[in-house]
Amino acid sequence: MQHAELTSGPEQGTESSMRILVIEDDREAASWLVKGLRESGHIVDLATEGLQGLTMALEGVHDVCIIDRMLPLMDGLTVIQKMRSSDLKTPVLILSALSDVDERVKGLRAGGDDYLAKPYAFAELLARVEGLGSRKLLDPKDAKLKALDLEIDLMSRTVTRGGKPIVLQPREFKLLEYLVRNAGHIVTRTMLLENVWDYHFDPQTNVIDVHVSRLRGKLDKGFAEPLLQTVRGAGYMIRAR
Amino acid sequence: MPVNNSIFQTSTFRLAAIYLLVFAASAAGILGYVYYTTVGLLERQTEDTIHAEILGLADQYRLLGVAGLVDTVQRRSRDAGGAIYLLEGPNQARIAGNLDAMPPGVTQNQIWIDFPITVGQEPVAVQHTARGFQVELANGYDLLVGRDVNELRQFRDVIREAIFWAVGMSLVVGLGGGYFMSRNFLRRVDAITGATRLIMAGDLSGRMPVSGANDELDRLSGSLNDMLSQIERLMDGMKEVSSNVAHDLKTPLTRMRARIEDALRQDNALEYKTALDQTIEECDKLLRTFNALLSIAQAESGQMRQGLQPLDLFDTLRDVVELYEPLADEAGGSLKLEARPGLRVRGDRQLLAQVLNNLIDNAMKYGQTSADKPADIEVIGRVDAQTVIIEVADHGIGVNLEDRERVLGRFVRLDESRSKPGNGLGLSLVASVMTLHSGQIQLENNRPGLRVILRLPLYTEAS
Repeated sequence: MQHAELTSGPEQGTESSMRILVIEDDREAASWLVKGLRESGHIVDLATEGLQGLTMALEGVHDVCIIDRMLPLMDGLTVIQKMRSSDLKTPVLILSALSDVDERVKGLRAGGDDYLAKPYAFAELLARVEGLGSRKLLDPKDAKLKALDLEIDLMSRTVTRGGKPIVLQPREFKLLEYLVRNAGHIVTRTMLLENVWDYHFDPQTNVIDVHVSRLRGKLDKGFAEPLLQTVRGAGYMIRAR
Repeated sequence: MPVNNSIFQTSTFRLAAIYLLVFAASAAGILGYVYYTTVGLLERQTEDTIHAEILGLADQYRLLGVAGLVDTVQRRSRDAGGAIYLLEGPNQARIAGNLDAMPPGVTQNQIWIDFPITVGQEPVAVQHTARGFQVELANGYDLLVGRDVNELRQFRDVIREAIFWAVGMSLVVGLGGGYFMSRNFLRRVDAITGATRLIMAGDLSGRMPVSGANDELDRLSGSLNDMLSQIERLMDGMKEVSSNVAHDLKTPLTRMRARIEDALRQDNALEYKTALDQTIEECDKLLRTFNALLSIAQAESGQMRQGLQPLDLFDTLRDVVELYEPLADEAGGSLKLEARPGLRVRGDRQLLAQVLNNLIDNAMKYGQTSADKPADIEVIGRVDAQTVIIEVADHGIGVNLEDRERVLGRFVRLDESRSKPGNGLGLSLVASVMTLHSGQIQLENNRPGLRVILRLPLYTEAS
């Protein structure tokens, strides 16, 4: 997998492998998680309790931390709080068996960057981890986002592809912006619902698919090369190159 | 926990005992006052008389000398009528008076003394008690003046005895009354405790005894019984839900198991893969059912009530309609919103959006007029007085009058064929979220179709 060519720095966008710290006390769940992440080409370190996890996280060598909410010796939220108070900005994905909206808010308030309720599909977790890993490469103040021949001007809120303007509804613009920010990475339907619509429930229908296919119609109309791909069983992806 | 059945530890008995002590103390006080004002007064009068007589006799001695005094004492002694006199010379020899000798207790000047006297002649002579005062006059003469206080003493004893019995009886009667009262009360409380035990042991149909007196214990039992009925109803509901859950989970698990077993028999990689893919799909469906049940339980628990924030439901309506509009459009139907900003309620944005999501999803599934005619759905938001009203209406098959209450229950699906996806929890969640928001849900005939009407209290700065 490739990072998006969204900023012009020479050091980014070539190496997709990330170093990931997993702090999870359930050994079986942890071993599946580690296996899956390694198979996806990442380097994984595992800690099975909070204190050890914090020590490893504070080394500051990881691109993303996956932290279980309930851990022996030190609670997951405490680990995150200590990381943040040590000024460590490593993105954190919180895993939790608790799916309450309250719990989610608590987790994000403690300094987590994303929240995933158990049980989860591995594809969902991978998409979120890779999304978090690439996030730091983006400069939020950057006024322009690019993917292939697509260009988004965040100031004037206009979109062009190959120099040709594309007219989008406000929600379509938001959808495209999120996809392009994560260009080169799979974005799941749940991630879209959470980040574009800010809904944290399961609509049980393919509402998102219809929005994406409408957007795709507008983006790819008149172009031979499709920009917005459907990744079967996982979600969508804007090609970065 | 051990129950101490001792009557003396009941609050009734303790109260009775305290009242009794207060009553006995006040009775003793009143009787004491009566005693002081009757017996005490009589005793003081006697002493005053004796004192006055002594003073008179001492005056006579001073004015008339020994002869005058002797004369007066002798005269008075003759028609004494209960009065007692004794005059002794310097050598303690009796000079005059109706008493033979100085009583033995007289050892010093001017003291009060009680002494026995004999009244009447043998054989009918009786012993009486007398009270007297003795003074030493000049030249060694001793004078004692007294009175027979026998009747007074008898009167005093009667009064004392009366007081003793009155206080004693009131204590006995009070304690006994307290005991019986407490025993009666304790018996009824024990009956209630017994009933509670039975209920705790598992007999949920048990009820508290009601005596029919309509007193405070009956009222207590009455409200406990109402509470028990409510709990029983809830428990029955829970049981029904649990068995529904079990049934609705068993079916897909059975399917899953059969499919996997079949795939294993085939011993073919493609079959394995298909079976595993279908199993994951089935698992996801089960998880969705669980999550829906959890959301309902969470909304029903009411814990989220303090987390509700003021919001404009118009924004939510607009967002959810916008989310579904392409889907309705794609299917060939329509989804129209008729609302204006100002639908202020205190609520949870996520849950209310999910409510609208569920209603629109239902309308799209069951709102078709015929198989090839997709649903036309109207969503209306308005304010009527102090109520925000949200309506979601379709023109489909609708819900029969007799099913309108039932369809809000968990796992109730009117579509017997189960041809449409769903878990029968959508409207249950709507109903529980409405309860959480102090709102109501009403199902109406849209002639044809279904009109779901939600009513929520309007939020104003004052409320």
